[in-house]
Amino acid sequence: MGGKKDREILIRTDGLTKVYGNTIVAVSKLNLEVRKGEIFGLLGPNGAGKTTTIRMLLGMTEPTAGKAFIGEYDCTRNPIDVKRMTGYLPDNVGFYGDMSGKENLRFTGRLNNIPEKELGEKIDSLLERVGIPDAGDQKVRTYSLGMKQRLGIADVLIKDPHIIILDEPTVGIDPEGVRQLIEIILKLSHEDGRTLLISSHQLYQMQQICDRVGIFFQGKLVACGSIEELASESGVEQGRTDILDEIYHRYFERREQ
Amino acid sequence: MYALYRKELADHVDSVRFLIILIIAFLLAGVSLYSALGGIATAGQGDASQGIAPTPFTFLQLFVQSNGTIPSLASFIALVGPIIGLLLGFDAINSEKNAGTLNRLLAQPIYRDAVINGKFLAGLTVVVIIVAGMVLIVSGVGLFRTGIPPTGEEVMRLLVFAVFSIVYIAFWLGLSILLSVVTRSAATSALLVVAVWLLFAFFISLISSGIAGALYSPDTVTGLEGAATFQQSFDRISPTILYSESVGTILDPTVRTLGITSVAQYDQLSAGVAGVLPMSQSLLLVWPHLVGMIALMLGAFAISYIVFMKQEIRGA
Repeated sequence: MGGKKDREILIRTDGLTKVYGNTIVAVSKLNLEVRKGEIFGLLGPNGAGKTTTIRMLLGMTEPTAGKAFIGEYDCTRNPIDVKRMTGYLPDNVGFYGDMSGKENLRFTGRLNNIPEKELGEKIDSLLERVGIPDAGDQKVRTYSLGMKQRLGIADVLIKDPHIIILDEPTVGIDPEGVRQLIEIILKLSHEDGRTLLISSHQLYQMQQICDRVGIFFQGKLVACGSIEELASESGVEQGRTDILDEIYHRYFERREQ
Repeated sequence: MYALYRKELADHVDSVRFLIILIIAFLLAGVSLYSALGGIATAGQGDASQGIAPTPFTFLQLFVQSNGTIPSLASFIALVGPIIGLLLGFDAINSEKNAGTLNRLLAQPIYRDAVINGKFLAGLTVVVIIVAGMVLIVSGVGLFRTGIPPTGEEVMRLLVFAVFSIVYIAFWLGLSILLSVVTRSAATSALLVVAVWLLFAFFISLISSGIAGALYSPDTVTGLEGAATFQQSFDRISPTILYSESVGTILDPTVRTLGITSVAQYDQLSAGVAGVLPMSQSLLLVWPHLVGMIALMLGAFAISYIVFMKQEIRGA
């Protein structure tokens, strides 16, 4: 994994700040760098500013101060270019229930200007890849949560993005579904060489997949690095099965004091 | 934006709602035509005892004439047009917000305004189809039943009538979309549109006569005139009133003025120049109405556009 440290930086924030109203600080002076091909985990309790950060990266929310860049693009000024190269799977992703899975994907494909004649084949191969090859013609209304999440991944992949941002991708999914989802996510990184930014509070899962993590607390990034680095920094012994859980807990306690 | 427009239009056409609108439209066309044919049968002969000549614009009568119990197509559209606009727009944005699809949509490389423009244009397309359908049904069946072909001027007047109807319903579409941007639940926006509709269609004249009664003394001629003028101006806030007045003028060339006239003035008007207004003069009479209605429609859409562009869209 050491080689990834020398790669180009794909996601960068520079003093990124979001204040709601005049008082509620959602994200405070965030400096973050994610390199090409990395799987970066955004950890933190609910309301710590993870989703707000993601939304600023996609240009869907305007930062109060600071800047965010994806590739060479300023996320606030060139949201269209950013969204062209970035796939985003929101938490509680929604699909049009009256349309079939394939129709939903086709619509997203059209919005991304993918030629009509490539679309059909692409959709079939994506459904195959996320493990729901036979559900494509069913209305999404009939999908289970796990199936919807897989369709969400296919929806993200249709534009063939360099960067994939997943917001709480495993919430509410059964253990076997989570295992398969993690497998898909790992392949996106290791086989396709895509860069992933994943927000979650499922620490054990994140420990399995992330190259580096950042821990958020009340809008601030309190720790950032590989799990080994954070373990030695916070004095947690290496090789524990619940190592990330312990690290998280230590940083949390430190902040509370 | 084309992909969005296409999807929205397909959604409309596939929906149960569209079927309901179609049924309403066909029923209105059929019933009003029945009513108009009954009315024309008696009115067409004129009323010799009162010195009323038969109207020369028989074909237009299909759209304004009634048999006394069932309203004409023009009055039907004034009344039901808002409901069509409502059905097409009341859940445009908020239902997508609640379903979490808007969030996903906005993560695609499209400009945000493409979403709301696509929705408005798709709704507008449906309105055009419905209005054209109603006018064509009434014209076609009416032509068949009366055997009187429309003159060139009548066709032009019908086109203007269709434009007015489209703009009128589009205003309600814009208002529905606006409320769907501002409110969280589709039920709230639908109820609010119904409330505005009731206000503009039924209660506005009660309110205006109430205010006029308080402002002007009914004992003097000037008081009466002032009250009537005030009431008319106040009523014209309502797009329903604007629409009714303007299509009444366009479809009935014998309407010579929309202002308040005394009996003496009216006699003068009718005695001075006999017959009917040419189309250009009818148009001139309702030009401000058309401008007003377009302004209302664009206003409703512009506000929803601005609010939507500035809105923070979060997950459900």
